[in-house]
Amino acid sequence: MNLDRILRYSQLYNLLMPKKEPEPGVIFLSQRRVYILPTRQGLTFSLALLVMLLGSINYNLSLGYLLTFLLTGVGIVSILHTFRNLAHLYISPGRAEAVFAGDDAHYQLHIENRSRHERFAILLNRGGALAQCDIRAQGTASVTLDIPTTKRGLMPVGRVTLDTRYPLGLLRAWSYISPDLNCLVYPKPDNARLPPPQAEADSGDTIALGSGTDDFFGLRPYQSGDSPRHIAWKASMREGPLLTKQFSGRAAAQLWFNWKDLPYGLDAEARLSRLTRWVLLANARGIAFGLRLPGVEIPMGFGEAHGLACLRELALHENHPEAGKA
Amino acid sequence: MSTTAATSPRTAPLGFGNLAWLLAGLALAAAPHTERLPLWITTIALIMVGWRIYLAWSGHPLPRKWLLVAFVGACLLGVYITFSTIFGRDAGVSLLIVFLSLKLMEMKGYRDVYVVMFLAYFIALTNFFYSQTIPTASLMMVTVLMITASLVSFQAPSRRHLDNLKTGGMLLAQAAPLMLLLFFLFPRVQGPLWGLPQDTYSGVTGLSDSMTPGNISQLTQSDAVAFRAKFEGAMPPRRQLYWRGPVFWNYDGRTWRPGDLRMRGPYKFEGVEPHYDYSITLEPHNRNWLFALELAATIPPRARVTADYQLLSIPQVRSRMRYEMRSFPNYKAVDTDNDEDLDAALALPLGTNPRTLELGRRWEKETRGDADTIIARGLELFRNGGYRYTLEPPLLTTPHTVDEFIFDSKLGFCEHYSGAFAILMRSAGVPARIVTGYLGGDVNPIDDQLIVRQSDAHAWVEVWTDAGGWQRVDPTAVVVPVRVESGIAQAVPAGQAVPFMVRTDRLWLLKMRYNIEAMAHKWNIWVLGYNPERQREMLSFIGMDAASWQSLALALFWGVAGVVAMLSLWLLRRLRLDDPVQRQWRRFCNKLGRAGLARAPSEGPIDFGERAATRFPQHAAQVRGISTLYSELRYGPQADRGDISRLAKLISGFRL
Repeated sequence: MNLDRILRYSQLYNLLMPKKEPEPGVIFLSQRRVYILPTRQGLTFSLALLVMLLGSINYNLSLGYLLTFLLTGVGIVSILHTFRNLAHLYISPGRAEAVFAGDDAHYQLHIENRSRHERFAILLNRGGALAQCDIRAQGTASVTLDIPTTKRGLMPVGRVTLDTRYPLGLLRAWSYISPDLNCLVYPKPDNARLPPPQAEADSGDTIALGSGTDDFFGLRPYQSGDSPRHIAWKASMREGPLLTKQFSGRAAAQLWFNWKDLPYGLDAEARLSRLTRWVLLANARGIAFGLRLPGVEIPMGFGEAHGLACLRELALHENHPEAGKA
Repeated sequence: MSTTAATSPRTAPLGFGNLAWLLAGLALAAAPHTERLPLWITTIALIMVGWRIYLAWSGHPLPRKWLLVAFVGACLLGVYITFSTIFGRDAGVSLLIVFLSLKLMEMKGYRDVYVVMFLAYFIALTNFFYSQTIPTASLMMVTVLMITASLVSFQAPSRRHLDNLKTGGMLLAQAAPLMLLLFFLFPRVQGPLWGLPQDTYSGVTGLSDSMTPGNISQLTQSDAVAFRAKFEGAMPPRRQLYWRGPVFWNYDGRTWRPGDLRMRGPYKFEGVEPHYDYSITLEPHNRNWLFALELAATIPPRARVTADYQLLSIPQVRSRMRYEMRSFPNYKAVDTDNDEDLDAALALPLGTNPRTLELGRRWEKETRGDADTIIARGLELFRNGGYRYTLEPPLLTTPHTVDEFIFDSKLGFCEHYSGAFAILMRSAGVPARIVTGYLGGDVNPIDDQLIVRQSDAHAWVEVWTDAGGWQRVDPTAVVVPVRVESGIAQAVPAGQAVPFMVRTDRLWLLKMRYNIEAMAHKWNIWVLGYNPERQREMLSFIGMDAASWQSLALALFWGVAGVVAMLSLWLLRRLRLDDPVQRQWRRFCNKLGRAGLARAPSEGPIDFGERAATRFPQHAAQVRGISTLYSELRYGPQADRGDISRLAKLISGFRL
């Protein structure tokens, strides 16, 4: 049945109403914002009532009339109950941790029920991502909507449908909200098997990342491609797995990830993906690096906060007018 | 804080607990049917339910579809073989129950559950085809509560079932006023709208349209109510409570049958005062007879009278009906002087009962045909001839049953006495006919209704004399006068079966019975007997004379709207009333808002307080006090009422 589907995915509403800007702060579901219509089951129920009424008339069944009218009354009363189950809720945006494109964004919403009756089976729906909760009288529930991401950037949660069919499932009350809640989506790191740049581009040096050749820096597990000259044979004999010696040097201190250094054929998104991978790699190895994007330069630095700042810049890059220039 | 679930209940599988409740509701809805259904249907339904519970408990998959389809086919065939039809009341109910139990086997998700629930409501309704008593109604009320609670449990699966039951009960309670409104005001139409299946009214007890020895004595075993009468003012003496029913003219040697029913205009008779006015509430008996005290002076609506003083309803009496009557127990029925009638009342089957015939002829000769003397002789015979009254007469084996009864067995029941007396009179040349009906009844002291039961069924004789017209003669009365004076319980020798309650001397039991029957009468009048006529009466009582269905619909609309408005005021009232602390804070914000300083939606109380303090430096201390107290009350540990009233006072005293 189409009606149900239309109602469920709110397409009718989407067609009729322009997209609304996010609403800042706490959203209050006033009575005007709550819509209510019968569900498919509700329509079937009314049909069943009609048949029962006809049967009662035909057979002069007084108790048949009573039963039919009792159920009619229940249907009518449940309109109020369904409506009451959704109206006057307060929704405030919670957290939405940054994720990489392709992963699920986790939008957290807090729903507060200031009234003195418990709310049941409140279903949140954002494009097929569902979450459900009950909210105690004068209590708050936190729900998380897991929405898959495809693109990097700042992704707003968009329009969320709250709906409920409690108590009988004969009616559906729903409301649309656009909470002011955004998730920062980093570019998806690419999986090219190419190593990161190994030195400052203009120096012409080709020294392995995380390793000058000057000063011994530490040991790390062997990775294929490490020079056999750098394997710490003695230490490996003691510890078990092969270990590679790491050296810090001049080149490592001046590692720059530069948009312009990437191969000419790569488009902007691929470049950002590549750079993201490098930033992650460098961060994991604790190496200092700088990032140069068209119009932006993040100076040399290292550590968690530096990495996040770089990722943020990569995520939001297209906002810069120079974007797309190779 | 509460939990979040990743899946919607609308796609979640059926939980075991929910299923158990659903099945319990279903079982309750179908339970009263089990005594009426063929055993194999009950067995199949029970097996299906058991199987479904096992599958849900063990987690095995449901059976394949083709198996179910094959099963449906087999059951259809079975029903057809059992009832020779698949339509009609009994076959329909059987099919409904079989299909529902098979539907359980393919019930997986949300939609199936709703189909099953709605069918369960339906099955609850079908019980009313068979019984509309208070106990049935109460049982179905419980059933509806269970089904409704199951519906709730499918919306809130994590809730305790007791809470769901409470919610279901609350919904039903709030629906009750709407139900009453609809019940009394919904424009009533007299059914049927279309043809009824043949078996709709089977199994109704009552008088038969012929009289063979044994019919009425069978009926006296039944405790069922035939009708109730309520007199306006005094009741006639008990010996005059002859409730006239079908009249029989034709005798074939064994069975009495009605004659040709000639309809005439209102019959004539001379009634002697006093007359009695009363109303009768007649139980449906699926025939046309209407019962009234001899002799009725009025004709109820949609009824007619016959030449032999029978009242006949034009449609068959298929639902309980109520009518007003006036009767003259003392009368002279002089209407029939029609020769054809008198001939019919003298006819005797050829070659039967020779001894009776001979006795009659002898009497006619000896009295020179004086009817009054012949009647007196007939009664004298029964009074002193050694006749005894019994509900268990010996079987009459010869073709001449009347001879055998009068001269040999001398043991019988009202149908034997009246039958034999009529034959005797006809043999002696006195026109006679049989009247069946009821005699007596007992008064319920709770509501002063006279209750006439099937066990009060009786048969008597009417004889014709030129001087007196048709006169009632009750030969049974001369054998057992107490039958007329006190009812059947005293008439039958101790040890013979009469309905248990009829011969009880336990007073409390009798009292309880009277109470229950008084309640049942109210139920009958106000619930079961609420038909278009009754609705019209009630509407004119509340001032809506000759209400059309349009005005009824309008009244209904406004009534329902009024109830819904009241309910929503009550239900949504607590929505508006939020936290008292909140309310005070809103007052404060509104005051500042009017002064031109609106709070941003996301602004916290302290920030807003600071902004207000900067804007209105002269009130800074007051503003800070209020916003600090508010945020303590709102976000701090539990506040007490004193703090709230302090906040209210501060805000009331705050003026810009």
